[in-house]
Amino acid sequence: MIWLPVFVFVLCVVLIAAAIFAVIQKDLMLAVIGTGIVSVILSALFLILQAPDVALTEAAIGIALTTIIFIITLKKTKRYEE
Amino acid sequence: MRKVFAIILLGIFGFYILSTILLLDFGKRSNNVGQHYLETTVQETGSVNSVTAIIVSYRGFDTLGEVTVLFLAATGLGGILYDKKGKKRKLQHASLIVRVTSQIIYPLIILLGVYVFVHGHLTPGGGFQGGAIIATGVLMMFMSYRTFETNHTILSWIESIAGLTFVTIGFTGLMLGHTFLENFLSLGTPNTLVSAGIIPIIYTAVGFKVGAELTALLDNMLKTIK
Repeated sequence: MIWLPVFVFVLCVVLIAAAIFAVIQKDLMLAVIGTGIVSVILSALFLILQAPDVALTEAAIGIALTTIIFIITLKKTKRYEE
Repeated sequence: MRKVFAIILLGIFGFYILSTILLLDFGKRSNNVGQHYLETTVQETGSVNSVTAIIVSYRGFDTLGEVTVLFLAATGLGGILYDKKGKKRKLQHASLIVRVTSQIIYPLIILLGVYVFVHGHLTPGGGFQGGAIIATGVLMMFMSYRTFETNHTILSWIESIAGLTFVTIGFTGLMLGHTFLENFLSLGTPNTLVSAGIIPIIYTAVGFKVGAELTALLDNMLKTIK
């Protein structure tokens, strides 16, 4: 597995980029997608770090449930940040 | 003035984090609790998965607290969003491909969730993960069929019975043994489905409870949008 460190490095860079994107984005729907991407990558990283329990939780709650709950909340409030 | 205050606060915060990080030697074991768990969980609890043994057996009382926190959060949300009329959702169904696919995948996702919490003491995962997976499956049905409904009475019954099971097992341990949540059943042979005493029972209860809670929470939230 010689390419694993490279893979992890790329994942970390995308993770940080997605997190910054989620913070500075004014369209909150896109920001929610950004947090979803953070969850996907975190889940993969937990699996690589041999924590499958946490990876399962992150996959179910972070990717699916939290994203949908945020989107429902956005439907009830405003989509754009002022 | 506020900015100066914020900078001072950040400085104090940074100082303490830095000093804590400098105190730790990375790569060296600072205490032996982890090693003890890894060496003795199988003999003491009969559970092959030491994470589950710690969550349910050694730190079982904390898990009860976590379940209570989730219950209170779901109850609070239901109380805020409760609508007696229960708006009918007017949006149209998802496309045919999504509907057919989700109908096929839905029972498989439920099965995966049940597998994850029943095998909590053997494979990674457990009650919380299994319950969350079940809730994800129900969420998929909510998304693809706008007429899909859950029965709130049954959900609250499942939730109450599961919570009561957890507490009853805890008190039975207190009566038959010495401590709350003591393992009063026989440990059995490790690596089999029926082993580890009360751990699978508790995790099944937690799985049902978390699944029912998250499903009811999603249903409450989805009912508020048209």
